[in-house]
Amino acid sequence: MHMADALLSPAVGGTMWAVTAGVAAYSIKKVQNELDEQKIPLMGVVGAFVFAAQMINFTIPGTGSSGHLGGGMLLAILLGPYAGFLTMASVLVIQALFFADGGLLALGCNIFNLGFYTCFIAYPLIYKLIIRKGYSTGRIFAGSLLAAIVGLQLGAFSVVLETLFSGITELPFSTFVLLMQPIHLAIGLVEGLVTAAVVAFIWKARPEIIEKAASGEKLGGLPLKKVLAGLAIVAIITGGVFSWFASTYPDGLEWSMLNTSGKEELEAPDGIHQTLASIQEKIAFLPDYSFKKVSTDAPETEEAWPAVNAGTSVSGLIGGAMTLLLAAITGLIIRSIKKREKASAV
Amino acid sequence: MSNPAESLYNIRILDEFADKKSIIHDVHPLMKVLTTGAYLLVTVSFSNYELSGMLPLIFYPVIIMTLADIPMVPVFKRVLLALPLIIGIGLFNPIYDKSPMLVLPWITISGGWVSFFAILIKGFLTILAALILIATTGMTRIASALRTIRIPGVFIIQLLLTYRYIAVLVEEAGRVVRAYSLRSAGEKGIKFRDWGSLTGHLLIRSIERAQRVYRSMCCRGFTGEYHTGREKGIGIGDILYFAGWSLSFVIIRYFNIPEMIGWVMMGVRR
Amino acid sequence: MSHHIIQANNLKYKYPDGRQALNGVAFRITHGESVGIVGANGAGKSTLLMHLAGVLFPDEGEIRIGDVPVTKKTLPLIRQRVGMVFQDPDDQLFMTTVYDDVAFGPRNYKLPEEEVEKRVISSLNTVGILHLKDRPPYKLSGGEKRAAAIATVLAMNPDILVMDEPTSSLDPKSRRRLIRLLQSFTHTKIIATHDLDMVFELCERTIVLKDGRVITDGPTEKILCDAELMEECGLELPLGLQGCPVCGTKKPI
Repeated sequence: MHMADALLSPAVGGTMWAVTAGVAAYSIKKVQNELDEQKIPLMGVVGAFVFAAQMINFTIPGTGSSGHLGGGMLLAILLGPYAGFLTMASVLVIQALFFADGGLLALGCNIFNLGFYTCFIAYPLIYKLIIRKGYSTGRIFAGSLLAAIVGLQLGAFSVVLETLFSGITELPFSTFVLLMQPIHLAIGLVEGLVTAAVVAFIWKARPEIIEKAASGEKLGGLPLKKVLAGLAIVAIITGGVFSWFASTYPDGLEWSMLNTSGKEELEAPDGIHQTLASIQEKIAFLPDYSFKKVSTDAPETEEAWPAVNAGTSVSGLIGGAMTLLLAAITGLIIRSIKKREKASAV
Repeated sequence: MSNPAESLYNIRILDEFADKKSIIHDVHPLMKVLTTGAYLLVTVSFSNYELSGMLPLIFYPVIIMTLADIPMVPVFKRVLLALPLIIGIGLFNPIYDKSPMLVLPWITISGGWVSFFAILIKGFLTILAALILIATTGMTRIASALRTIRIPGVFIIQLLLTYRYIAVLVEEAGRVVRAYSLRSAGEKGIKFRDWGSLTGHLLIRSIERAQRVYRSMCCRGFTGEYHTGREKGIGIGDILYFAGWSLSFVIIRYFNIPEMIGWVMMGVRR
Repeated sequence: MSHHIIQANNLKYKYPDGRQALNGVAFRITHGESVGIVGANGAGKSTLLMHLAGVLFPDEGEIRIGDVPVTKKTLPLIRQRVGMVFQDPDDQLFMTTVYDDVAFGPRNYKLPEEEVEKRVISSLNTVGILHLKDRPPYKLSGGEKRAAAIATVLAMNPDILVMDEPTSSLDPKSRRRLIRLLQSFTHTKIIATHDLDMVFELCERTIVLKDGRVITDGPTEKILCDAELMEECGLELPLGLQGCPVCGTKKPI
């Protein structure tokens, strides 16, 4: 699943942008050092291929439904991790711009979720490990299948974390994980099977394509140490965000934590709400007003969002309607001015 | 976006909007990218419960779209197509958060619903902002914005190549799938045993095309570096465009304008 | 103008899959000649053209453009002199606007941007599509794409134009326009094609390839009218020389 702008907080979105930019800069350097200029058009055209392949409906055996290709793992296998990551980034940039898939702020998250885990975790640690003993249809199939599934699972988990750190959804962590991982296991299975089928086919038809891509860097070329170091950096940065987030939006974090623990302790849905209500009453710091919900917002906006009572609610509603009306009028005025200009110009 | 013809149309129509000429189209692409970034940051920085405060953000798309002559209907249609996912996640909020939030004389609305609508509005505005950026700028000028901030040529040229060959390869994939479906009685998608060969053939053809493209690049002196013409300079007008919008976004962020209007309308003083 | 002479000596080339595409091709083409290269599918036409443009290098034999042998070292020079138009314009138009595509070559040679612009404008003018300069390639018709592909090559100011199937997949009107355009060029032209009628109109000399060898090389009129030879090489008489399908009368040659 693509992360969406609307589900992100600026801090999480910004951090993931920074992390992704770092990985991309490192990958660009690596690709430039390889000095294989033939790879540049290959990256471009194969990126477009992934786009095209995403249009194809694959009928899932035994069910009436169909699945699609994501392409991250396929790119890593065809182009190697660095070029694969950059190509996935391009595909996602174009999707974000033209298809509003995800969004521009979420682009950092999406490139990381769909490109990093496949190219820098699943590819070297699973695919190459299985292929290490030499190529065979069975190994290629198993390697691509497993790597694609794991890559997508990690990506899905990453989506859960990013969403929860953003604090936009009230969905408890455990529910969210239980929702996301199985869905992405199914998606990953299709993704893995398509990837495996394609890679195995290409290996039979044109073995040099598959073998050349992997020979670029031996397993030693992307050592475990480097991967782990990279992960550690990511973890530190993510941790940094976490704490920043925690200090900037204490209520938001508290809320998602409370929601989660509430869910774990009490299974009856009514119970949850009762507990939540009582917790709310305890922490509601403006008890005189007619809302019992603490704004999850930073203190500075409290002035902008004064305590809500009936009067405030109504005025907010009227003001909101007026604002939308004004926006519409502005648009109409600009349009009529433009029309007049055009008419006078002719 | 599983329909080839539709997704190509999508790219084509946005390209067509980007081809128009207007004050907005003339703004330096980097400033438009930065303005979009500022807009997105401000939009998502609104908390889930500041429903009315974020409404004035709608002025940005309205003004840009009218100035740039971008029709509302096709763009809004695209936004709606992207919304279901946000709705899916957002709908959990009313389920998990039932505390009363907005108390109107005739109805009480829970915090979950308020935050649901906040997410919905944020989704609408952020998706709209991305579409507006591409519809007033186009891929070529986005690439030139990336060059202005010194993104390496390797990345930019392969981004442009991907963009360029989407049209070619999507059409090719469409032809292959059509030919397949004509010979597979009533099958909707591609059968499992054909997954590898159908997609694989397409991929091999793409790789061969990449080789021909490489050859044709070499014939015109390509040596791995991407040389571009002069980039358009950033003028004072461009900077003012960015600064002006950013200032407005900040003002919208810090003052709840609709509520102020509401207070004035109701004659209530704080 | 000795530097426009193209000399091929005993060219041999084998593809990695073992197919012997060229098997001792030799010829000499002088300045300003228009030469048609014809032959059945797989005769080695495209492979030969790739050798002329220095995309592939022979396993044996050599190609000289003027006094310069085509080697990896001389490539920058060769590629300025020899302009190659590929069969599928989509392979040649890889940028996002026609202008950037035509400017790609001159920019690679690091010409000042004023000169680049001058060349782009004049090339697009020559092929008659200056008005399309800001269009993305996918919005061009088949004929316009072909014209744009030729413009990308013209912008390099080559002395020699090498073309692979320039009239394939063009409608009759676009084909006619293209033939007129090519007639107006003073470059040395080498055209590989199945469009024998175009060869008849455009090229005074024809080289027939079969299985990687030159079967004949001589005046077009003599070769293309030789029904027996054409048949043997997997070709046929140009349509213009065949009988009228309605009344059956033959055109006088």
